[in-house]
Amino acid sequence: MELVIIAAAIMLGLGALGAAIGMGLLGGKLIEGTARQPELGPMLQGKMFLLAGLIDAVPIIGVGIAMYLIFVVAPSVGA
Amino acid sequence: MSGENPASTTEYIQHHLQNLVYGKLPGGFERQTENGTEVLAADTWTMAHGATEAAAMGFWAIHVDSMAWSIGLGLIFCWMFRRAAVRATTGVPSGFLNFVELVIEFIDSTVKDSFHGKNKMVAPLALTIFVWIFLMNLMDLLPVDLIPKVLMLAGVEYQKIVPSTDPNITMGMALGVFVLMLYYNIKIKGVGFIKELTMHPFNHWAFIPINLFMELVGLLAKPFSLGLRLFGNMYAGEMIFILIAMMFAAGAGTGLVTGGLNAQLFGEGTNAIFWLVIFVLVCGVCWMNLRGKISTGRTVLLTLGLLTIGGGVFALGGGLMQWGWAIFHILVITLQAFIFMVLTIVYLSMAHEEDH
Repeated sequence: MELVIIAAAIMLGLGALGAAIGMGLLGGKLIEGTARQPELGPMLQGKMFLLAGLIDAVPIIGVGIAMYLIFVVAPSVGA
Repeated sequence: MSGENPASTTEYIQHHLQNLVYGKLPGGFERQTENGTEVLAADTWTMAHGATEAAAMGFWAIHVDSMAWSIGLGLIFCWMFRRAAVRATTGVPSGFLNFVELVIEFIDSTVKDSFHGKNKMVAPLALTIFVWIFLMNLMDLLPVDLIPKVLMLAGVEYQKIVPSTDPNITMGMALGVFVLMLYYNIKIKGVGFIKELTMHPFNHWAFIPINLFMELVGLLAKPFSLGLRLFGNMYAGEMIFILIAMMFAAGAGTGLVTGGLNAQLFGEGTNAIFWLVIFVLVCGVCWMNLRGKISTGRTVLLTLGLLTIGGGVFALGGGLMQWGWAIFHILVITLQAFIFMVLTIVYLSMAHEEDH
């Protein structure tokens, strides 16, 4: 049971780490790009949201699986 | 939540994640009924009672709730947009018509931006995908227990009302897109498609097996990731709603008066009715305040009083968390519908580009 919870913790932590780096780069570049060429702002923002959704997907799937592990798999393994 | 019995929370989650399944139970299956174990003499088509029966059905099973909700929402979409299309005039549009025009213009500009081939079917396809997936995801914003509980009172055991939390639905849609991709690749490029698969990264005959392997993996990964991304996002969102609801229920049980009162009045597990009464009372108080019948100070006092009877601060906190996650989730459901649509357009656009 402990191992299942550690697995869930690693899943959440590493997923968040990767997504945070990705999101940071993405947001930073968006601001950089908009500062250079403000007229491209709305177009870049639309693309940014698309990529943010793509980056978001993997850790969110990780969150879902981790929640399943913690609340469904771990109790049944422990008992 | 620490004092909670883990078996019941697990049951609660599993109950929420179980589809309503209709299918064929194989002969010889030992069925658990109220009167004990019953061994089936022959193959039987029936509704599954629980996860083990659904698993025993194997391939010959259909998720009735996913099918009903997704097809129903598809029909609502068709009916709404048809009504707008019939009513459209050259004059100034108003209300609903305006909204539909907004959606169609948005899709149209997105398709023009990312699709570079010539195909009449892509824009309607994109519109259908976007609105349909959006509507399916929107079911996630209804309170998790509302419809399953109501249907349970009506005698339906399981109900998953968000079709996009069912991998069968999302992977089915991704498969549809994949078939279209293959069709247009072959139709537009012909032999060029095979050449693309075999000669692409390294343009030499000796590398054909390596090229084929790499390109096939890339090709198959597209529908796979398309379907799983939508499923994963909606599943995780639903899971978090369920977990908040669980904490909410656990907190409500520790309310000042309710724990005992509720158990005395209704017995275990019928919180829904009690909650409905409290909810209606709070709404009534707020409504009277809006009409100017009672002062704001008294409204706050009365509401807090009702909530204390109903389950105290925990319940309020649970409700607020549910609400906050729902607001964040509005972004997620729209974004996922949009991403599914844009990626479909991009994949089809790639199928239309001759020299790649």
